[in-house]
Amino acid sequence: MEKNLPAINRESRKDKLHAYTKHPAAAVWTLLVHGAAILTFVCLIFLIGYIVISGAPHLNKDLFALQYTSENGSLMPALWNTLIMTAVSLLIAVPLGVFAAVYLAEYARRGNRLVSLIRVTAETLSGIPSIVYGLFGMLFFVVALKMDYSLLAGSLTLTIMILPLIMRTTEEALLSVDNSYREGSFGLGAGKLRTVFCIVLPSAIPGILSGVILGIGRIVGETAALIYTAGTVARGPSGLNFLMKSGRTMAVHMYVLSGEGLHVDQAYGTALVLLVMVIGINLLSGWIAKKLVKGN
Amino acid sequence: MNRFFEVFMRVIFFIAAFTSVLAVFLICLFLFANGVPAMKEIGFLDFLLGTKWRPGNDIYGIMPMILGSIYVTGGAVLIGVPIGILTSVFMAKFCPKRIYGVLKEATQLLAGIPSVVYGFFGLVVIVPFVRAHFPGNGTNILTASILLGIMILPTIIGVAEAAIRTVPQQYYEGALALGATHERSVFAVVLPAAKSGVAAGIVLGIGRAIGETMAVIMVAGNQPKMPSSLFKGVRTLTTNIVMEMGYATDLHREALIATAVVLFVFILIINLCVSLIKYKSAKN
Repeated sequence: MEKNLPAINRESRKDKLHAYTKHPAAAVWTLLVHGAAILTFVCLIFLIGYIVISGAPHLNKDLFALQYTSENGSLMPALWNTLIMTAVSLLIAVPLGVFAAVYLAEYARRGNRLVSLIRVTAETLSGIPSIVYGLFGMLFFVVALKMDYSLLAGSLTLTIMILPLIMRTTEEALLSVDNSYREGSFGLGAGKLRTVFCIVLPSAIPGILSGVILGIGRIVGETAALIYTAGTVARGPSGLNFLMKSGRTMAVHMYVLSGEGLHVDQAYGTALVLLVMVIGINLLSGWIAKKLVKGN
Repeated sequence: MNRFFEVFMRVIFFIAAFTSVLAVFLICLFLFANGVPAMKEIGFLDFLLGTKWRPGNDIYGIMPMILGSIYVTGGAVLIGVPIGILTSVFMAKFCPKRIYGVLKEATQLLAGIPSVVYGFFGLVVIVPFVRAHFPGNGTNILTASILLGIMILPTIIGVAEAAIRTVPQQYYEGALALGATHERSVFAVVLPAAKSGVAAGIVLGIGRAIGETMAVIMVAGNQPKMPSSLFKGVRTLTTNIVMEMGYATDLHREALIATAVVLFVFILIINLCVSLIKYKSAKN
């Protein structure tokens, strides 16, 4: 960027150093800012590096055995449970969240009391700690609706948890769709509903998708909301009514392993697999969001 | 038919939008209905101000956990806020364009790492470090504060950076034109102009720290005693619930739900603060 400036506005490194000797306070601030930034990113790199380096030697066939036994500490059952719970949660949360966002972005009139109530509650939901969701899930789904500790109760709890996230990202995506699209559609004689489904929603898909992927990331990493809703049984899905049985996801598995102290090696390996999944999910979301920016 | 379908879907959209209201209502209803009677039975003041938590003797005072949450969160703020704000300033005003994309993604990644992984990292890295350099066995307020300080960084950085970027460029250029250095313009003009957004980021970070459970449970020691030193174990409101919910019955169980009610009220107050800050800055 320096090259585009006229000569008088350019500052060589030597000029900069000279300026700092005149303004020592500025030099201190620069050092602080750079120091803090370096500290932040060194933390991240150290964390990832540590998990990768100490986890990689423990990735072996036992860790991916189909059945969990107390010897192998396999993560496969937990992986299956994670996939199922993610699928069930998304199946409910995505239509609900997208429809809610359609209402807020396309139908609601500005200044409507009810709409501001919906916004306030959605914001409240996104601030509630996951352990409170977990307790609510236990009281409502597990006890009041008699689901017991089950994958379904866990999935429903997660659904409420990621709903505000999907609502917000979808609404942002819908609002960023150019109004001329809607006008063009109306001008061609399409109704409101057809405009929403055939014109607005398709052009907002990348934004919605990146929100959904962030939601998947939250589901995969969630622990506190699941311990007392889906339970901590180390068993994969089996039978036709697998949704009504208890099971632990990857993150819960990880927590139990590191807590009991018997499977430290497997805990390292599981941490690495979990981290790789989350990083993959994040990169994917970022990549889609970038595509969105380029597409417009 | 078509007309009917339009109205029908409109109702469906509305119902979907209304689920969030319903969810908040149900959460409040179930938490309060299960927690408040226990508070009454124990006595509001005995419950909130009691310094002893001994479920075996039916003594339920959550002051140690309230203080534990406040201390740990305070420590996280002391560590996370300066680093977070300075990093957000770096991202908005100092960062070379070439590496900005990578760093931005890195902060988002920091937010995406699951709390169990943070907890595990704390357990195998920070705990031994603290044990080696400070008194005590390593699982204490200090360790939890360091770990939470790292965990709230992405929240603070994200919100504060966005706030700094919304400050009109003329403010910065005006300061430069008056002869201020780049650093002085940023810290004396741009950052104060973004203060409400930065404050919102800090409060959101506090909310995240107070609500964090799994990472804290793995590094904080979890003794339900009044915290007396930086190097003693501590139990927070969140960890109290996870530790004992598995085997609690009757009044003990309800006392734990009442703990969640207290936590919930804390969070509602924090949310209210964020809304107030946003409302105020929107008014200006």
